[in-house]
Amino acid sequence: MIATLEAVSTNDRCGSAIPVASLESVSKNYEQIPALRNVNFSVHPGEVVALLGPNGAGKTTAVKLLLGLMPPSSGRARVFGQDPVNPVNRIRAGAMLQVGRVPETLRVYEHIDLFSSYYPKPLSIEETLAAAGLEKLRNRKFGDLSGGERQRLLFALAICGDPDLLFLDEPTVGLDVEARRTLWQQIRRLVERGKTVLLTTHYLQEADALADRIAVINRGQIIAEGTPAEIKAQTGGKQIRCVTVLNVGELLQLPGVSDVRQDREAVVLHASDAEAAVRALLALDPALSGLEIASAGLEEAFLALTRAN
Amino acid sequence: MSTAAAVLSRPQIERSTADTASIYLKEAKYEFLKNLRLRVYTASVISFPLMFYVLFGLVLNAKETIGATGVPTYLIATYGTFGVMGASLFGTASGLAADRGLGWLQVKRASPMPPFAYFAAKFALSMSFSAVVVSLLLVLGTALGGVRMPALELAKLLGTLVAGSLPFSAMGLAIGYFAGPNSAPPVINLFYLPLSFCSGLWVPYMFLPKAVQKIALALPPYHLSQLALGVVGAGRHESAAIHWEVLFAFTLICLGVARIGFQRDQGKLYG
Repeated sequence: MIATLEAVSTNDRCGSAIPVASLESVSKNYEQIPALRNVNFSVHPGEVVALLGPNGAGKTTAVKLLLGLMPPSSGRARVFGQDPVNPVNRIRAGAMLQVGRVPETLRVYEHIDLFSSYYPKPLSIEETLAAAGLEKLRNRKFGDLSGGERQRLLFALAICGDPDLLFLDEPTVGLDVEARRTLWQQIRRLVERGKTVLLTTHYLQEADALADRIAVINRGQIIAEGTPAEIKAQTGGKQIRCVTVLNVGELLQLPGVSDVRQDREAVVLHASDAEAAVRALLALDPALSGLEIASAGLEEAFLALTRAN
Repeated sequence: MSTAAAVLSRPQIERSTADTASIYLKEAKYEFLKNLRLRVYTASVISFPLMFYVLFGLVLNAKETIGATGVPTYLIATYGTFGVMGASLFGTASGLAADRGLGWLQVKRASPMPPFAYFAAKFALSMSFSAVVVSLLLVLGTALGGVRMPALELAKLLGTLVAGSLPFSAMGLAIGYFAGPNSAPPVINLFYLPLSFCSGLWVPYMFLPKAVQKIALALPPYHLSQLALGVVGAGRHESAAIHWEVLFAFTLICLGVARIGFQRDQGKLYG
């Protein structure tokens, strides 16, 4: 398994190598509702890519297409250069999906023992328990685990086959800060071992903490792609709050303003160049009052990016 | 491309027979453990037939006979059928409906699990719990109801009833593919209880109203109970071959319905 990884990693990390997983002009409709619209996206060997977007953006759909759990309406999905429904691929890929109910009466090690048996060269149960931080919980029944521990078990099931490629669909959703950080550490350790990871999340912070590359997805389309630094530069900027007589249309015309929202008696602008925007604001509305300028939070910047789309 | 062709033409994972056997065994073992620890399952599936048997076969009518057969013996066959049906329907349908509806089946399908291992485990679970229920009935009957049977007859009765788990496991799959995760248990009961009554599992066939007797002839549990009664010499002397044929045909129909549900799910999945 490691040999295969090395073979592919000899190619440039994110460069010309054949992608490990890709969506090629993929659209997916549920009934008539589009979930993905002409998406082109790929993950290269050794990379950690985050698919970042709000709920309902199409992140889970993208993962399920790559797992061969459903077919695209048009375009094609490829994993290791093959159709994802090829069961042979499943040996080399692990998946952590969002699950409503896991059999609660089985113990942690029993779940891992069963899933490990599906793979030809699994990690030992001890290794899997250690990688997921579950050593002390091995005899605990799933039903008696906390939310964070449950996610760690699902993580353990995804990695127990020692896959080259990992799909993590919202791995930390609903977890508290501490549980989230624990899982991040475990994901990082896996990445250090040269695994390729596709992660979906709606937390920019999480994508920033883990990913080499972020693809921002909204309403079924990829609207921005780049390193975390590039995405932050795109979504960065300042937040300007003031009371003004100018209307929304006029405010959006101001230099660098990408978003305007009403906040009680005031308006809140999102601007990439705060100084230019403020200069223009004051020129247009001498009576302007209550001016505040603040750094836009990462989450707010991300909201601005998805809203602008 | 039809779904079936797509499924069949896919390359398969190469595994040694030993590895494959080990997966099937583990899947069955954990399916068994999972349900054994599930009190809702064990309590309803095992205790109900036993309670009915103790009450109607041992406490109330122990000295009565039906034809030439003592009530305690007769009721092992009918409550045995009732127990097998319950173990099989609940063993397959409720788990499948929940696994399907709440995403667990998808996690398994994303793994390299051989798909049939999942279904085989459910059938194995149904058969083992059926064997447990029937054995307990036999123990109770022998210990407290004065039931005496030659060993061969005992084995034949147990074997017939456990084999009878298959049609109802197939029926459970069909229900599991169409019922929602929460509606599965009431839907199962909707079939289970009326079928049991109308097939003469609670009230012996000859005491059923005439109209119900006619209906019973069309019901699979009636045919299984007649096979079991035939073993203890209390059947209605119809051809055993016909009973087996009806059960076999019923199994095929149920598997056909389950297959439609399976493909409908794959349709969402594989188009």
